[in-house]
Amino acid sequence: MTAPLVALRGVAKRYDSGTLAVQGIDLDIAAGDFLALLGPSGCGKSTLLRMIARLSATTGGSIDWPGGRPQARDIGFVFQEPTLMPWATALANVALPLELAGLPKREAAARAADSLARVELRGFEAAYPRALSGGMRMRVSIARALVTKPRLLLMDEPFAALDEITRFRLNNDLLTLWEAERFTVVFVTHSVFESVYLARRIAVMAPRPGRIHAELAVDAPYPRGEAFRTSAAYAAHCREVSGALEGAMAA
Amino acid sequence: MMGSARAQRWLRVLGPLVIGVVFLGGWEWLVRARGIPPYVLPGPVAIAEALARDWPALSAALLVTLKITALALLIAASLGLLLAVVFAQSRILELSLFPYAVILQVTPIVAIAPLIIIWVDDVTLSLLICAWIVAFFPILSNTTVGLNSTDHNLLDLFRLYGATRWQVLWRLRLPTAMPFFLAGLRISGGLALIGAIVAEFVAGTGGRSSGLAYRILESGYQLQIPRMFAALVLISATGIGIFLALSLLSHLLLRRWHESAMGQGDRR
Repeated sequence: MTAPLVALRGVAKRYDSGTLAVQGIDLDIAAGDFLALLGPSGCGKSTLLRMIARLSATTGGSIDWPGGRPQARDIGFVFQEPTLMPWATALANVALPLELAGLPKREAAARAADSLARVELRGFEAAYPRALSGGMRMRVSIARALVTKPRLLLMDEPFAALDEITRFRLNNDLLTLWEAERFTVVFVTHSVFESVYLARRIAVMAPRPGRIHAELAVDAPYPRGEAFRTSAAYAAHCREVSGALEGAMAA
Repeated sequence: MMGSARAQRWLRVLGPLVIGVVFLGGWEWLVRARGIPPYVLPGPVAIAEALARDWPALSAALLVTLKITALALLIAASLGLLLAVVFAQSRILELSLFPYAVILQVTPIVAIAPLIIIWVDDVTLSLLICAWIVAFFPILSNTTVGLNSTDHNLLDLFRLYGATRWQVLWRLRLPTAMPFFLAGLRISGGLALIGAIVAEFVAGTGGRSSGLAYRILESGYQLQIPRMFAALVLISATGIGIFLALSLLSHLLLRRWHESAMGQGDRR
């Protein structure tokens, strides 16, 4: 077996208030994998994601990158909110990571336009976030996360605030992008259905303190389309994951 | 149709205009019908006559007041912004200095103006300081709030991409603070004018470098009440002009992205 992209060993986080957010997390994130972190609110999934992104320090255990320490451009992060700068156009928002890294403006703009096209927002380069729908803003946010061609894409319940129709479309588009480019995804969600539809592997988390209760594989082949959503295999996986989640809540 | 946007726009102009004409007409009628002498209450016509007759003196005074107001506002805006940025960078400095900014704000300018005029030899400079003191605080306090209102997710994003302190300030904190700064500027525009006028009253300087407030004092001594009102009209007009100019500036800078500067039609 090849070394994982990221290896978490005994990771713990205790807040200054003394609350133990997560404890004893052992998790390997394989390169090219699509991993879902599934759990109820308050089980520390977001905290774990922030620690992987190095936005929050661990208070125990280790997070290692066997292939070498990640640079700023190696990690893309998509927040639950689109988190766009309202005073900047879609293009300028997407170009931000490149400009912060010191890329010349022209090159940053060209690559940002490219990234917008990949999320089907060609023609909206000059639009301000205010003029975009919720789904489109989330696309801009994804384009920004992908513009540096990161090795790891971290997504923190990115579609939770969207309506179901938009969420399904974005699910499909995300899968299409992932199949084409095979970056590694860690996707935090509290939806059983979403996790089964998207992920190749699901880590079910239990609350208080946050820990990994079970790891399940979803062996359905890609591309997964709307047909998968209504298939017996999908229903069976959902049942299995729901069962694990119930077990996690009871544990 | 009354509900349409065009009708609304007309109403916005026509409504106040009708009220104004009715008010001025009533005023003129009252003055004439009751035979009120102009040294007690001049009618609008008499005031307009005085404005036209004394225009050379009044316009020169207006220019003096306007210069002091504009300069005070400019200094207040740049110093307020600068100090707010310093506060945002250093919590210790903010905690140590902010109380003094508050003291400066809550002390009535009428009470300190005489002292400033005694301490500072140059009259123009002392007027400038008085106007600056009242105009400074809204900008400082608003901009400080603005710089601290940054979206924490965006801050995380900047951290994720290894942004420097300078990049965070220039690309994130200052744009976030912009609407707050502009709101402060609009308040300070009016305050700078009031500060300048109050200081002129206290200083009571005559001669070539006297502003509108001195013209009011002078007209009062000479019982030239229509001219006093004419100067008052000019002060009000200046205040309105400053407010409109700063509102326009704010609108132009924010219209593309900020809620406050968007028309109904632009909202989603």
